[in-house]
Amino acid sequence: MKLKKKVPLIDQHDKYGFWGGKFGGSFIPETLKKPIEDLTVLFEKLRHNKKFLKQKDFYFKNYIGSPTSFIKLQKLTSHLGGAQIYAKMVSEANGGAHKIYNATVHCLIAKKAGKNYVVGDTGAGYAGKMLSMAAKKFGLKCRIFMGAKDIKRQKPNVEAMKKNGAEIVPVYSGSQTLVDAVSECMRYWVSNCNNTHMCVGSTVGPNIFVKICGWSTSQISKELKLQLKYEFKKLPKKIKLINCIGGGSSAYGFWSDFIDYDKKQIELIGVEAGGAKNSKLHAAPLTNNAKLGILHGAAAYVCQNSEGQINDTESISAGLDYPGVSPIHCFLKDTKRARYTSATDEAALSAYKLVTRLEKINPSLEPCHAFAEAIKIAPKLSKNTIIIVNSCGDAKKDRDILKVRLGKIN
Amino acid sequence: MSLINLAFKKTKNEKRPALLTYIVAGDNTKKESLEILKSIADYADICEIGFPHNTPIADGGQIQSSAYRALKNGIKIKDVFSIVKDFKKSKQAKPVILMGYYNVVFQYGDDNFISICRKVGVDGLIVVDLPYPENKIFAQKCKKMNINFIQLVSPTTSQKRMKNIIKDSHDMIYYISMLSTTGGKLKVSPKKILKRYNKIKNLNKNKNIVIGFGITEKTIASLKKSDGLVVGSALCKEISKSIQKRQNPVTNVTNIVKRLRKKII
Repeated sequence: MKLKKKVPLIDQHDKYGFWGGKFGGSFIPETLKKPIEDLTVLFEKLRHNKKFLKQKDFYFKNYIGSPTSFIKLQKLTSHLGGAQIYAKMVSEANGGAHKIYNATVHCLIAKKAGKNYVVGDTGAGYAGKMLSMAAKKFGLKCRIFMGAKDIKRQKPNVEAMKKNGAEIVPVYSGSQTLVDAVSECMRYWVSNCNNTHMCVGSTVGPNIFVKICGWSTSQISKELKLQLKYEFKKLPKKIKLINCIGGGSSAYGFWSDFIDYDKKQIELIGVEAGGAKNSKLHAAPLTNNAKLGILHGAAAYVCQNSEGQINDTESISAGLDYPGVSPIHCFLKDTKRARYTSATDEAALSAYKLVTRLEKINPSLEPCHAFAEAIKIAPKLSKNTIIIVNSCGDAKKDRDILKVRLGKIN
Repeated sequence: MSLINLAFKKTKNEKRPALLTYIVAGDNTKKESLEILKSIADYADICEIGFPHNTPIADGGQIQSSAYRALKNGIKIKDVFSIVKDFKKSKQAKPVILMGYYNVVFQYGDDNFISICRKVGVDGLIVVDLPYPENKIFAQKCKKMNINFIQLVSPTTSQKRMKNIIKDSHDMIYYISMLSTTGGKLKVSPKKILKRYNKIKNLNKNKNIVIGFGITEKTIASLKKSDGLVVGSALCKEISKSIQKRQNPVTNVTNIVKRLRKKII
């Protein structure tokens, strides 16, 4: 299994859609074959169409607010006394997280496909919120599937979705979290694929959804590359790009244009949700060497039992609370280009406390998993090492959880 | 000739469509689902048995409930195989089709799964999320073991694709009546469904084509000009209802199957 250079990772799959011969693919019911084929053809056409690209760039700049800033966390750096710590403030994007890139692109595609409805899944509520925002912007009707447990714990985003006119469908099956929301959304699409466009909220699902999402979020690394050159004149010799991993869409976006570099120069570190300390339930299939399985239309490492039933997961962060992971991260793991680890709920909370005490930023519980890893390794690293954390979400949505767990909110 | 083909031969002689029933193995318990199967086998021509999965992407509420119930009661894939084995002891000639999602098969290993299927007497396999042409190798493996791999076609399947699927299919093809998960309300007119059905049938008259999704006591008679009709969610729903009312699901489900059978004679 080998990575190719100079070819975007999203395009390094075989004719059946598999990365490294075994990750990804399209394990879908017959009914979805045609809509997925149509979408694949349309996306290939659009991504090479100058007019469409211009349109996309226009909305990325004027609607999403690209580029998001790249800042040094000076106080955190001094406090930890090791590597220089920076953050890519993707949470500045319209709506407060990276999910807006994928949502905007999906709505643009839905318009081109002549579909009037978009449906999507959501965990933390960001994918849903952004899809509802973009749908409103582009005049599409929107329906969001969300686990009943997540609806309770991510209220601010639920309120935002309602405000944008989206219909929220609570999902009561299974663990009532993201995994069930994705299943229910796919089932809805099976029944309504003739007039409805489906947006998968991360780099998961059948091959084409991995590609569209990765193509959209890759904007983050394109911006960062320019920002690094501006800040340091040339790319520093030791960089570590740390990103949280749920489905893996922000991490892919953060890394995509750096994958060709030697890992000695640019190390890619993914941080999964380890769940509560001492709990057996986690959402970290890569860290814990979960077996290859098929979930939501793709082959990837997935938390499951020996019978192939998907495990319940538990994480303080709804956005990472997912038993599967993107096939492209499985590929990056097996080719050893990226390193994956996990952070517990407690570690993410302490990271939140430390970062918000020292810096004027307010990262959500998802990127706090990445900050936890940065805080752990920074003191051991030399001063000429550059750590960059993708602060991919804003903590406004976590206000209720933070209140309960920390007694106050910043 | 395969038991599946024999079943269709028989129903064609009787000038009626085959009745295919679907229930989930282990719903409500291992023992009870076996009893239901044995009891309905007197009226059904082919028995489909679902092996449950907890993230089904094409099943509606009724079958999901059945699957969750079975899993909650601890059903394992080895229990599914033992249900088939026990069933076949008393109903040797009744064709059995296992139906489910690919991850369960994949974790068992394709070859291992197929060879156990053969050992316990499975006649056919439907894997919902393993579409054509990705399923070609798997289908060939099944054929080698004398197991029918059943291809699905749907209203969204293009004519060209349909031709290829039929060319590579075995004795039976499953036509999905409408854009829906299982158990949806029939939202397309029977006339339209039969028109599409005949289009497929005309591509190869030797293939047995069954229609499924949205088939209930209300709708079954209107589609009887087909090779076979599958009823699943209506039976799963009856099991749920029986459990809720503390009635005997064996009797209740059998009564429905009896009535269904009467409607297509």
